[in-house]
Amino acid sequence: MASYGLRRLIQSIPILFILSVMLFFIVRAAPGGPLSAAARNPNVSKEQIELLKKQLGLDQPLPVQYVRWMGDMLRGDLGDSIKFRRPVAEMIAERIPNTLILVGVSFLVTLLIALPVGILSARKPYSWFDYLATTLTFIGQSVPVYWLGLALILVFYVGIKNPLTGLPLFPAGGMRTVGQDTTLLDLLWHLVLPVTALSAGWTAWYSRFLRSSLLDVLHEDYIRTARAKGLVENLVYYRHALRNAILPLVTLIALDLPSLFAGALFIETIFAWPGMGRLFWDAARGRDYPVLLGVVMIDAVLIVGCNILADLFYGLLDPRVKYD
Amino acid sequence: MIERDLAAVILRRFFKHRMAGLAIITLLLLAALSFGASFSAYSPTGQEPANNFKPPSAEHWFGTDELGRDIFTRILYGGRISLLVGLVSTLLSIGLGVTVGALSGYYGGWLDNLLMRITDAFLTFPTVFVLILLSSFLRELPLPWLKNSVVVVIVIIAALSWMWPARLVRSLFITLRERDFISATRALGGSDARIILVHILPNCIGPILVSATLQMASAIITESGLSYLGFGVQPPTPTWGAILSTAQVHVFRSPWLALFPGLMIFITVMTINYIGDGLRDAFDPYVIHPK
Repeated sequence: MASYGLRRLIQSIPILFILSVMLFFIVRAAPGGPLSAAARNPNVSKEQIELLKKQLGLDQPLPVQYVRWMGDMLRGDLGDSIKFRRPVAEMIAERIPNTLILVGVSFLVTLLIALPVGILSARKPYSWFDYLATTLTFIGQSVPVYWLGLALILVFYVGIKNPLTGLPLFPAGGMRTVGQDTTLLDLLWHLVLPVTALSAGWTAWYSRFLRSSLLDVLHEDYIRTARAKGLVENLVYYRHALRNAILPLVTLIALDLPSLFAGALFIETIFAWPGMGRLFWDAARGRDYPVLLGVVMIDAVLIVGCNILADLFYGLLDPRVKYD
Repeated sequence: MIERDLAAVILRRFFKHRMAGLAIITLLLLAALSFGASFSAYSPTGQEPANNFKPPSAEHWFGTDELGRDIFTRILYGGRISLLVGLVSTLLSIGLGVTVGALSGYYGGWLDNLLMRITDAFLTFPTVFVLILLSSFLRELPLPWLKNSVVVVIVIIAALSWMWPARLVRSLFITLRERDFISATRALGGSDARIILVHILPNCIGPILVSATLQMASAIITESGLSYLGFGVQPPTPTWGAILSTAQVHVFRSPWLALFPGLMIFITVMTINYIGDGLRDAFDPYVIHPK
């Protein structure tokens, strides 16, 4: 299994290579290159721009620039932010834990709701519970995450107040209360609204997907065999059906990882959550290209890493999968 | 004759799905309203600063925004953009995806390997991040057709969504190409192009249509999201995302500004999802509708 993981790591290199080449040339292909924002600024003279170009190595041929950029990146040097004049690697390192907290907690909440809902729907298809769940999943799949975030702020920050203190029920942004020590409780309090907004859509997709994949599996012969040998219904579901039905769900989640980070970008922007998405959005508005390239590359590495983990997890669930 | 009967059967099965029937009527109504937006008494960009932040009333059904523009009219015009972006980017992405998937699945071998490597690479891209990068830098290129931000949005959404139909069509082709009726066509001397286009592709129509609805729903959400973040269709063109993004600034003062554009995105996407559900049932011979 370790050798399989290693091989997958090696296989992921061409993927990251294609991405890096694409991004690099997109950024450099723009007229004026990465300095286009500076070039439009009337306070920056032509000579200053030429000097900046020399300093940043932008006067070299593109392939040379690419190799240099890649070499720096492999050594963990993502360049310096144009706006903040700080190493990008350092800025991203500060933000990664915050994004992972947000995405991780939302993912856990999603699984805790989607798994039972999907199982219950499949056990009693076309029951009132199934109809309710189906309607709710259609709503959940159709609500844009950015609108849900705004709506939650409107209801729970502007609308409903805490009857004891008269203060808003939940904070509208940030990770911690200013001027207070960071406690777990305070963090959780700040997590409620962003996590709700972020998990709603995923919960809808995953529970719907699990329901249909469970219903497919329940027609299989081995389920009939399990019932025929007199197995308790619960065991039929949890030991025989669920183990098989969950495999396609793992594949879906692995393929869907980019959208988890995309959702986080919107939520971080709306709730002023100091994560990588927020960093990226700020950088995109200021055309801070080293930050942009850095965040996208790190995100891609995270996604590829999670993909490999999902594949390894797949092997744990399905003994037929051989890592040879 | 048989083909026409089959189409009639599928259409009948589609309308048996009540929500799907209702959804297609709602969507047609929305489209008609959007394309009739010019009949509105207000202009989508006409400003009346004295008349700003008006709550919904008989005059301004959805109220007015910070510049006194009629929100209802702006939302109708925004509907044009959303539906246009959704439709065209879906056509592009399905076209590209079906081509890649068909070639990959039919020929297999090194071509399949190469195309699937590229597909996998695109699937691991952090989509929205790359979309934002593409959108802000493509607009800088000195190409006249990229000056229009709607075109930019359509192209980049299609460029980052063709992988799903490609994988789907590839898997359909891999099963279908081994079937006896394909071997028979090949034995009769049918060319590859004929086998792909006339014999295999029509058998994939159902799943492709279903995946097209999913693509369109997600394209509309993505377009509005990009415009909301400021990297989609550029002002003063009214779009649902852009209206929502100004709404966010004034959300405490006039919450209805945020309500209507979001509601429109939600309704549109939900109708498309229901149509997809109806299509899935209509093309699936195993689904039996309760009377």
